[in-house]
Amino acid sequence: MSTPTSEASIPLHETPLAGVTTVVDKKAAVILSVMTAGLLLVVAFFPQDGDTTFRLAVPSDFAQLPRVTVPSTLTAWVLIIVCLLCAGWSIVLYRRKLQTPLWLMVIYSLGWMIGFLAWAASGGTIPVVGLLSGSLALAVPLVFGALGGVLGERSGVVNIAIDGQLLAGAFAAAMIGSALNSTWAGLVAAMVAGTLVALILGLFAITYLVDQVIVGVVLNVLVIGLTSFMFTQVLAPNAETLNSPPRFTAVVIPVLGDIPLIGPIFFRQSAVVYLLYIAVAVVTWSLYRTRWGLRVRAVGEHPTAADTVGINVIRTRYRTILIAGAVAGMGGAFYTLVSVPQFNREMTGGAGYIALAAVIFGKWDPIRATLAALLFGFASNLQGVLSVIGSPVPSEFMLMLPYVVTIFAVAGLVGRSRPPAADGIPYRKG
Amino acid sequence: MKLVLRDITKRFGTLVANDAISLTVEPGEIHALLGENGAGKSTLMNVLYGLYQADAGEIELDGVVQHFSGPGDAIAAGIGMVHQHFMLIPVFTVAENVMLGNESTGFAGTLDVDEARQRVQKISDQFGFHVNPDALVEDLPVGVQQRVEIIKALSRDAQVLVLDEPTAVLTPQETDELMQIMRELKESGKAIVFITHKLREVREVADKITVIRLGKVVGEADPKASNAELASLMVGRPVELTVHKDPMKPGPDTLDVERLRVIDAAGRVHVDDVSFTIRAGEILAVAGVQGNGQTELTEALLGLQDRVEGSIRLHGEELVGRSVRHILDAGVGFIPEDRQTEGLVGAFTIAENLMLNRSHGEPFVRHGTLQLERLEGFAKEKLEEYDVRAPGITTLAGQLSGGNQQKVVVARELSRDVSLLVAAQPTRGVDVGSIEFIHKQIVAGRDAGMAVLVVSTELDEVVSLADRIMVLYRGRVVGIVPADTPRDVLGLMMTGERPEGAIA
Repeated sequence: MSTPTSEASIPLHETPLAGVTTVVDKKAAVILSVMTAGLLLVVAFFPQDGDTTFRLAVPSDFAQLPRVTVPSTLTAWVLIIVCLLCAGWSIVLYRRKLQTPLWLMVIYSLGWMIGFLAWAASGGTIPVVGLLSGSLALAVPLVFGALGGVLGERSGVVNIAIDGQLLAGAFAAAMIGSALNSTWAGLVAAMVAGTLVALILGLFAITYLVDQVIVGVVLNVLVIGLTSFMFTQVLAPNAETLNSPPRFTAVVIPVLGDIPLIGPIFFRQSAVVYLLYIAVAVVTWSLYRTRWGLRVRAVGEHPTAADTVGINVIRTRYRTILIAGAVAGMGGAFYTLVSVPQFNREMTGGAGYIALAAVIFGKWDPIRATLAALLFGFASNLQGVLSVIGSPVPSEFMLMLPYVVTIFAVAGLVGRSRPPAADGIPYRKG
Repeated sequence: MKLVLRDITKRFGTLVANDAISLTVEPGEIHALLGENGAGKSTLMNVLYGLYQADAGEIELDGVVQHFSGPGDAIAAGIGMVHQHFMLIPVFTVAENVMLGNESTGFAGTLDVDEARQRVQKISDQFGFHVNPDALVEDLPVGVQQRVEIIKALSRDAQVLVLDEPTAVLTPQETDELMQIMRELKESGKAIVFITHKLREVREVADKITVIRLGKVVGEADPKASNAELASLMVGRPVELTVHKDPMKPGPDTLDVERLRVIDAAGRVHVDDVSFTIRAGEILAVAGVQGNGQTELTEALLGLQDRVEGSIRLHGEELVGRSVRHILDAGVGFIPEDRQTEGLVGAFTIAENLMLNRSHGEPFVRHGTLQLERLEGFAKEKLEEYDVRAPGITTLAGQLSGGNQQKVVVARELSRDVSLLVAAQPTRGVDVGSIEFIHKQIVAGRDAGMAVLVVSTELDEVVSLADRIMVLYRGRVVGIVPADTPRDVLGLMMTGERPEGAIA
C-alpha cells in the first residue's frame, strides 16, 4: 500500500468507521491453484508404477498399527482431485469476497502432502513415525530459537542474533560438556553462552540505541568467526578432551510412550525435548498470565505508557532478552548434546534465521511460533527421508524444500499480522 | 492534598522550557494552567510527574518536599496524570491497562484480573463512567479512553490529578461530560490541574487561572476575565480572535465530489457516500471529531489513497485514479495535517522545501539541473511575503518553530496556480500569532477565486473560516449547513445527530 496511512500511523485510538468491508486477498486462491498445478504436472509427466506403503508403527510399539499400502499413481490422482476441489472452492470464495477458511487450508495441505508422498515414495515405504519424530528432532533448536525470538520481540527488541545464540550454545555445550563430562553442565553452559550473546545485543540495542537489525547480523557473524577460530585452535587439536561431550539419551515416558503413533513421536525423546515442552508451556503461561508477562508486553507495545506507570522499560527489556538468550542457548545445546556429539563449524546452518521466520509466521505468539517451527522441521526432515527411500525427485532439489516452505509460509500464508507496536524501536526518554 | 511548585526551572540545552515557575493548588480546587503550545506547560507537568528532573526548584505535597526520580515515585506520592496522548496500550483490555504497574498477583506472579476488574467497576460506578473492564482499549471511543486514564489515576489513589490538554480530542458533548467529571472529582476533594489553551473551557470550569508564556508565569487571572483579556495575556499582545472576511462572491462549481468511498487495506470504510460541491471563491469547512474520515477524505482528494470509489471532479475533470503529480498539476494545493512528516523535509533547507512540489520541471529545474539562483530569489521573496521568522533561506526546516514551518508549507502551496486548496488542520500546534496570519492567507486565497476545503477539529476555526460547514461523523456526511449555524447544533451534529434543516 502506497498511502501514508500505513498500519503504523493509525493513531492509538481506533478511528470511528463508517463500516467494515472485507478486502479479500487472492493470495490463498492463487497459491492453492499454483501448488495443485505443480503436483498435477509432476504426477502427469512422471507417473509411477507400483504401490506406496505408509508404516504407522515402530516394532517396539505396545499395540501395532497396521501398514497401509496404496497404489501410488491412483492415490496421487484422487488426492489431486481433492486439491482441485479445495482450490476451486477457494476461488469461488474469493469471487464472493469471502476469506478462505483455515479448515480448507488444512484439508488442502494434508491432501497435497499425502498425495505427494504417495507419488514420491512409490515402490517404497514411508516410515511415518520416523518422519514425524525426526521432524520434531530437527525442529527442537528452531522452537527454542523461536521462543527466544518471541520473548525478545514481545519486549520490543528484534533479535536477529538467534542464530548466534544457537551457535554459541552449541559450542559452549560441547566444550564444557566434554571438559566436565556432564550433559547437564553442558546444557547450563549453553544457556550462559546464549545469555552472553543477548547481553551484547542488549548493550548495543537497548543502551546505545544502535539499529537492532544491524547489531543482530553483526553478532551472528561475530559468533561464527569466534567459534570457528576456537574450533580450529582449541577444540580440533584436543578433540578427545574438549569436543566429545556425553549425549542425552532418549528416555521413554511410561504409559505416554506406549500410545501408538503419538508415543514414539513425542514421548521417546531426550531430556532436552522434554525441557522444550516445559519451556513452551512456561513461556506461554508467563507471557499471558503473569505480572512479568503483562509488563513485557506493555513495554513492547507502548514503552512510554509503561514508563508512566512506573515500569522500568530498560530493565524489563534487558531481563527479557537475557532470558530469551538462555532459552535460545538451550536450543544450541541440542546440536552437540543430542544430535551429533561434537561441535562443528557453522553447524546451525542458518537455523536461527528460520527460527526468526517462525516468530513472524507464528505472529509473535509462542504456541503458533512453535507450530511454525515444527512445520519447518517437517519440511527439512521430509527432504532427508525422501532421499533415503529413493524418490524420483533429485535430492539436491529437495534440499531447497525447507527454504521454499519458509518463503511460502512467511510471504504467502501469514496474512496480515501485527507485530508488537514498539518492536525494534529503542526506548529513549523525554 | 495541597500541591506547591516552587521556582521550577527546566532547561533543554540552551532552551529554558520552564523559568522559575511557581504554582499552588489547593485540594478541592480546579487550577487551570493556560498557555500556548510550546509555552512549557507540559514540561512543567512532566517535571511534576517525575518524567523529567528539574534543574532547580522544589515540589511540595502537604508541606513535605518531594524528590521524584521517576513516575513511580510521583504515583506513590499521590499524583495522577491524564496525558495528552493517552498512555494506554491499545491491545490490552481496560482492566489490564488499569492494573499495569500496580498489579495484584497470586501464586508465582499470576495476574489477579478479577481484582482489577472489580477495581475498575467500583470507580466506574462511583463516578458514573460506564466503562466495561473487559473491553479492548482500541475498540473504545476516545472519550471513554480518557475515562480509562482517569480510572487508572484514581485506582492508584491519586489526590492531585493533572489533565494535560484533555479536551483536544473530544466532541463538545464529551467535553461537557468531562467538565462534569472534573467538578465531581473536585467535590470529592481532589486537587486538579487543568492544562489547556482553550479559553472557553478555562472560564467554564476553573477556580483559578495561571497563565504561562515562553516558560514563565506571566500572571494569574480570574475565571471571570474576558476571552480577549486571557488571550492577550497568553500571547503577550492584543490578538484578533475573529477572522475578518468579506461576504463571498462565489463563482462556478470548481470541485464536485460524488458518492466518495474510501476503504483501507484492512477493509475498513473510512469515508462512505460523501458528496459535496465547492464553488470558486468559497470555503467549505469540514467539522468533526478527529478520526471520523477527514484524513482519508483529504488524502483521497490528493490521490494518496488506493481504494477510492465514486468520483472527484475538478473543473469537470475526473481525478479518481490519477497520480498525485497529475492532481497537483491540475491545480490542487495541499496543506497536510502533519507538517513534520508530510508537509516538510526537516533536513532540507527552507528554499528546498519551497520547491518540493515543483521538483520535476520549470521553473526550478531545467534539463534535470536545479536552477539555484532562481530558487534563491523565489525563496527570499516568499520568506518576506509570508513573514517566516528564520535566519535565512538556508535554515533547515526542522529547526523552525511550528508556526514558521506551517508558513513555509502555506507559502509553497499558495505560490502556484492553484484552483483548489485542501487545508488539513492548517493551524494545529501553531502559535496564536501565526494562526492569525495563516487564516488571513486562506481567506485571501478564497477571495482570489480558489475553492478551499478546510478540515479542522477546532470548532472555533471551522466557524470563523467557513462559508459553509460540512459535518462528518463516522465517515459519512451528517449535513452541510450555513456558517452561522449555532455551535450547539454543530456539536450535536458531530455526534451524528441530524437536526432539522440540514442539507445532507
